[in-house]
Amino acid sequence: MSRSFVPKVVSANDLRAGHVVYFAASGDWVRDIAEAEVLTDEAEAQLRLLSAMGHPTVAVGVYLVDVTQEPQGPVPVALREQFRARGPSIRPTKEAAAKEAAPKESANV
Amino acid sequence: MYEYSDFDEAFVRNRVAQFRDQVARRLDGSLTEEEFRPLRLMNGLYLQLHAYMLRVAIPYGTLSSHQMRALADVADRFDRGYGHFTTRQNIQFNWIKLTDTPDILERLADDGLHAIQTSGNCIRNVTTDAFAGAAADEIEDPRPYAELIRQWSSDHAEFQFLPRKFKIAITGSPEDRAAIRAHDVGLQLIRRGAETGFRVLVGGGLGRTPMLAPELRDFLPKADLLPYLEAILAAYNLIGRRDNKYKARIKITVFETGIEPFRDLVEQEFARIRPQFTGADQALLAEITPHFALPDLVAKDPAAFAAARTTDPAFAAWAKQSVTDHKRPDHAVVTISVKTPGEEPGDVSARQMRAVADLADLHGYGELRISHMQNIVLPHVARADLPALHAALRKVGLAAANVGLISDMIACPGMDYCALATARSIPLAQEIAQHFETLGLVETIGPLPLKISGCINACGHHHLGAIGILGLDRAGAENYQITLGGAEGPEAAIGEKMGPGFAYDAVVPAIERLVRAYLALRLSADESFLAALHRLGREPFRAALYDEAQDAA
Ligand code: HEM
Ligand code: SF4
Repeated sequence: MSRSFVPKVVSANDLRAGHVVYFAASGDWVRDIAEAEVLTDEAEAQLRLLSAMGHPTVAVGVYLVDVTQEPQGPVPVALREQFRARGPSIRPTKEAAAKEAAPKESANV
Repeated sequence: MYEYSDFDEAFVRNRVAQFRDQVARRLDGSLTEEEFRPLRLMNGLYLQLHAYMLRVAIPYGTLSSHQMRALADVADRFDRGYGHFTTRQNIQFNWIKLTDTPDILERLADDGLHAIQTSGNCIRNVTTDAFAGAAADEIEDPRPYAELIRQWSSDHAEFQFLPRKFKIAITGSPEDRAAIRAHDVGLQLIRRGAETGFRVLVGGGLGRTPMLAPELRDFLPKADLLPYLEAILAAYNLIGRRDNKYKARIKITVFETGIEPFRDLVEQEFARIRPQFTGADQALLAEITPHFALPDLVAKDPAAFAAARTTDPAFAAWAKQSVTDHKRPDHAVVTISVKTPGEEPGDVSARQMRAVADLADLHGYGELRISHMQNIVLPHVARADLPALHAALRKVGLAAANVGLISDMIACPGMDYCALATARSIPLAQEIAQHFETLGLVETIGPLPLKISGCINACGHHHLGAIGILGLDRAGAENYQITLGGAEGPEAAIGEKMGPGFAYDAVVPAIERLVRAYLALRLSADESFLAALHRLGREPFRAALYDEAQDAA
């Protein structure tokens, strides 16, 4: 593992529903970044990226995201990626958005 | 109101069927994402941070009550129960699934709505004054011209692949409630002697290079509208830059060419194109115009309105901000604030959409408008009905008396939804509104346009805010730049950057210092923030913003 390499996870959006997905070691796409496979060297990252791109009817816009490794799992470096991982920061206050708390579905394929 | 012709209906249905097929082919792998992306964008479907976003056009901001209910239906059945009205008189649904989109478009088509030309390098939804066809100060209703432009530009072969997106705004009144100087082409209906025509502006826009449109023609006879627009687009197609996305908007073309040579080119194209228009466009306009006729307004004695104003202070405060003069003195134009302090600006729930649609049927001849200030307008309400309308709005949480005040701010979706964002805008807008509400200062401050964008693209019009806030990403943290002195309307101006940006948590206190400085410095409650800024210059305001008050004293 090269010392200068910034660890990465593979991310994309679910083609059908649009939600954020991460590539797990099992080869499944998962919704929780904590379950994503963390790639710690360049060659491995490129290989996993290629294999993740082999699901064009499942995931769209596959790319590598820089992360740091924390006790709770990988945490994205970039602000935008932190928002992608967490979801919107606003709890919609309108009564309509009560549906916000919709059950978490699994994106595993 | 304008209803779809059979041609429109067939066109839209055909588009939906095509898209249903394209989605199926994307899902089974016969279309790649590269092939599919432009097709979905042509149908208003973007992929954002957490979901697909569908942008539905509300042509010239006009909706019928049944169309509003169709939007409510989509919000309920396919989204999380709300939609977001935008500054370009569109509605955006934030939680859309690709697999649902053909059904959504089908549902919208049932009520004459669509998402065509809400994306891509084409002529986008033509926007107008939300008070069009109703305001007392209007010279002529601009919407028939907007519809004429829509019909001429929809699927026009020459205009599907322009160098960049193209936005047109039209106003029919001298007040300019459509921000025409911030559009690629701005049109203003004016009178010259007995004749009505257009003043034509070209090359305005915000984004990373904000520019106010200069005047291209001081007076264009009405019958020359389409050939002249076609001449502008021909000139743009000819010399607009396709090599660099950031230099591709017509504002850059006009700026780099110079307005005089650009005008010469347009006039040259116009001379060539004009003879091709032999009157079919004018016949079409004559067909369109009656659809925009004022409804048969029922005369009612407005005495109840005056009475409620003196006896009910909450009503009086609301009426002061929300009621605008109508062409007919016994009627009024009503702006419904969808920015109750603390709520997400621009978001409207399905329940509120239905409530407003019902109120439009009850008190407003079934007509609604969406304003570029992200509010809902009932264009024709008898003054006698205003107290009942206000009471009904209170019940659904839509009676905030803050139209035009600091808490009636424009904010784009920002980092909470938008894939291009560099910082959040909605929660900041909520905090600012809530803060001034808690301080009890909103009414004291008076009209103060505050606008927030979550990145340099400036969808929140921050350059045009008396106070503008631009959210950036500075080394992995949100950082907000503040500009002062922007304005829209006849006195349009681009705000000036004050200095280093503020961290998220520092913005509300900075805005409070700024506003308190204004309150201390203004000559009277009648001197607006902008007037005080012009009188005193930026220095005292900049000092307050950066908390240098003691040094400056
Ligand atoms: C969330 C999805 C959105 C995306 C991806 C998006 C994208 C963009 C981009 C790239 C520009 C810059 C164009 C240029 O300078 O050439 C822009 C400008 C603009 N957008 Fe958006 N936008 C979004 C939402 C909105 C919303 C919600 C509004 C209204 C509140 C809006 C209204 C505008 C306006 C008024 C401008 C600036 C005027 C101009 O075109 O110069 N957009 N947008
Ligand atoms: S200004 Fe930026 S963040 Fe806001 S909607 Fe436009 S592109 Fe998105």
